[in-house]
Amino acid sequence: MSSRRIVWRKSLNYVMLTLTGIAAFAVVSVLFLILGYLIWNGGTSLNWNFFTQLPKPVGETGGGMANAIVGTMKLLFLAAVMGLPIGLFAGVYLAEFGGKTFSFVVRYTTDLLNGVPSIVIGIFASALFVLPVKHFSAFAGGVALGIMVIPITVRSTEEFLRAVPGNMREAAMALGASRWKTIATVVLPAASGGILTGMLLALARVAGETAPLLFTAFGNRFWSQGWGQPIASLPVMIYTYAVAPYDDWHRQAWAAGLVLLALVLVSNLGARFILARSKAV
Amino acid sequence: MSAAATTIAHEVPPQAGPRAFLHRLRRGDEIAHLITLTFAAAILLITSLLVYELWINSHLSRTHFGWAFFWTKVWDPNFDNFGAAPFIYGTLVTSVLALLLAVPLGLASAIFLSELAPRNVSDTISFLIDLLASVPSVIYGLLGIFIVVPLMRTTFGPLLIHTVGNLPYVGALFRGPNYGVGFLTAGIVLAIMVVPFIISVSREVLLTVPREQREAAMALGATRWESTWQVVVPWARTGIMGSVFLALARALGETMAVTMVIGNAAVINTSLLAPGDTIASTIANQFTEATGDLYLSALIELGLVLFLITFILNGLARILIVATERGGGRPA
Amino acid sequence: MKKALLVVWLMMVSMAFTAPRAAAQGGTINLNAAGATFPYPIYSKWFDVYHTAHPNLQINYQSIGSGGGIRQLQAGTVDFGASDVPVTDEQLAQFKVKVLHFPTVLGAVVPTYNIAGVSGELNFTQKALAGIYLGTITKWNDSEIAKANPGVNLPNTDIVVIHRSEGSGTSFIWTDFLAKVSDDWKNKVGKAAASVNWPVGLGGKGNEGVTGLVKQTPNAIGYIELIYAVQNNIPYGKVQNAAGKFVKADLAGVTAAAAADAKNIPDDFRVSITNAAGPTVYPIASFTWLLIPAQIQDAAKRDAIKDFLKWMLTDGQNYNEGLSYAQLPKAVVARETKAISLIQ
Repeated sequence: MSSRRIVWRKSLNYVMLTLTGIAAFAVVSVLFLILGYLIWNGGTSLNWNFFTQLPKPVGETGGGMANAIVGTMKLLFLAAVMGLPIGLFAGVYLAEFGGKTFSFVVRYTTDLLNGVPSIVIGIFASALFVLPVKHFSAFAGGVALGIMVIPITVRSTEEFLRAVPGNMREAAMALGASRWKTIATVVLPAASGGILTGMLLALARVAGETAPLLFTAFGNRFWSQGWGQPIASLPVMIYTYAVAPYDDWHRQAWAAGLVLLALVLVSNLGARFILARSKAV
Repeated sequence: MSAAATTIAHEVPPQAGPRAFLHRLRRGDEIAHLITLTFAAAILLITSLLVYELWINSHLSRTHFGWAFFWTKVWDPNFDNFGAAPFIYGTLVTSVLALLLAVPLGLASAIFLSELAPRNVSDTISFLIDLLASVPSVIYGLLGIFIVVPLMRTTFGPLLIHTVGNLPYVGALFRGPNYGVGFLTAGIVLAIMVVPFIISVSREVLLTVPREQREAAMALGATRWESTWQVVVPWARTGIMGSVFLALARALGETMAVTMVIGNAAVINTSLLAPGDTIASTIANQFTEATGDLYLSALIELGLVLFLITFILNGLARILIVATERGGGRPA
Repeated sequence: MKKALLVVWLMMVSMAFTAPRAAAQGGTINLNAAGATFPYPIYSKWFDVYHTAHPNLQINYQSIGSGGGIRQLQAGTVDFGASDVPVTDEQLAQFKVKVLHFPTVLGAVVPTYNIAGVSGELNFTQKALAGIYLGTITKWNDSEIAKANPGVNLPNTDIVVIHRSEGSGTSFIWTDFLAKVSDDWKNKVGKAAASVNWPVGLGGKGNEGVTGLVKQTPNAIGYIELIYAVQNNIPYGKVQNAAGKFVKADLAGVTAAAAADAKNIPDDFRVSITNAAGPTVYPIASFTWLLIPAQIQDAAKRDAIKDFLKWMLTDGQNYNEGLSYAQLPKAVVARETKAISLIQ
């Protein structure tokens, strides 16, 4: 090979790798910009009251978003319980059992579901779970969010199950394990890191959704009992406060955004920690 | 059930007939197959129900406007004249823009994080980027208004108009007047919103590429970049394409952030700096205040149209994948 | 470190399930209401003050939009609704139970602008506003604007028109006014509506979005609720009323608009008070209403709502001005108090 060619290849190597570094740097800078903005604008509103008090009307100090914080956690819990199993098992089906055409149809449909605007999903969940019983509920909100969790979970589960090398499966089968046992004890654990990433990504995405909650979970200025009543949530509070005329409410909206991020962060950390512990056993 | 000591594998080759079925059933495989099949079918059920609801509730509008709904450029709630053309245009333009910006950026970042960065740095950064996915779209919208829009109006827009705007053909994409809000701004905000999906999933997939592949390439004398671009990335191609599908879907269905920075003018304009509107943004904006059955029905029909667009775009993307299949991918 | 994280995580999870129960499980009356965004600040104030005085009553109001409020009331998912837009006859027909309108506060919509070199108040004639929003008047130094503002140096620049991107009661009031003062507008764009096919301009989301866009965009004009202009300290212009006078929006002018025609307000209170007659009247003003079903089965809820309405019409009105809303004129209050008895 001519030395010119080698020089070209080497410089291309250097340039492209630097570009990837620049790209990663750009994305991370955007993240820090957003975080910085939130902290700058909302940081002053973060006090003990914010986490423990109910919302107060404008002009009164000491109001907080305690019910919205708890509400978001409850809604995410519902979304996880309803949507993650469907996503997980459907992903297992696509990766392990599926026939060619049926799998194609399911995959295609999952992508379609992912593209439905969140407000349409909210209207759908409302038509099924709110209108017939004539009241809003945390449950309906959980359903709406649960539907949105499914596509990302399916995609990542399938993708990472497929990525498990064939020889691991063959080894398990050679030891006499049945199909499902192989999947449950060998393949899934091997893919668990990627699958968990997908699940957490899906939950993170729905944590910030407003539109699907407007007609299902509705919102609540007070504490919400159980699962069958309207419930407050951070995204809806942010939406309500951000378009109001008062500076104090704007700051609270930014603070709520910060708390939401922190919530997702802690949940992520917690989930990964638990996974690491269970694998280490 | 299976003794590790036996040398003959317990696995019986699948045979037709009730005895084999019973055998598989007892071993739990059939049940596992059925259970997972049920869940997969549940997705089909949910989506079908959704489409059914959309179809039923848009009946009034469909029968009233027929196919003309697709190319009518007017959206007039007062005179009950509804057409989806400007919104179809806006949706396509913003989504394509978002992907054009996000895919190279996201893929490059994912490559960096999986190939070049030390593992714990990569883990931490990736973890933080995942956080971007949870920022509510309202906040993205506000950030767009406070940061991107002024930048576009004062610096970026004029720059584009004076440089690229003067080129033939391409220049038509960058004409004034420039308000700061518009297709390009919406595309940029969308790109930021979908890039975490691409990075997160692509990075994980790239990490699963077996080391042997990289090593083989290096052994053949490839530079780091060549090994990455020509061996590793193609191996992970389906996963990366999957992340792009996720990004596309999010871009098509995004409402809040887009509506705050796109300018909301129901017009078709070749300039990317002009204001426009998208389907999702229109539905979200007008649904709560829509009075009148035809109005509501037209909004639902817009939802149906978006579904159709998603359907077609997904199909096109899949055809593209198949067409560019040149081998080098992971055996399916 | 990891242990601490686990503890935090578990704490959060347990918080979610052991959230403090509201005081007095038994005997608490929970009312859900939905609707207009414009009066949200004053409503949240009222409901909170009333709750403090009556701890057994919780009124949960969410501002999902006037149309949303009407539809949720039709569906029966809320106990009462709120709307900046009077319910139309077709919508009324769709209700299973008759719905009563109760005006609560008055609001005004003002034109705000951002013109380099112009810091004072501009006078806008009725034709000027209509022309600007129709797109027939395109430059700031157009004669229609200039003749009402002698001595002001208006630049020869294009007007950037800003309207609302989403359907809203504010748009309803604005288009109501334009339809009344301009036949061109009425023919081209139509009657008052929360959402119209705007001939020109960009859309901003919410009053906040319009304010933001106007502030940022040179040579822009937009319409916003008075409360936003006051709270954000932005300049807004005077509007010519039916008597030909240029009036700057303030709470007195708005109350005057309502009082001007108080005798002629129909019994169901569905009335438009834009462009009312009178020299001190501010012409772009409107009521906002609570929508109460005429028949409420639950006796406890019915009495709670009726008591609240009585309070709202008397003590409640004292909170209006503090939040830049105008009080209802006495004549209207008197008629509403009588109308409360219609709730069975």
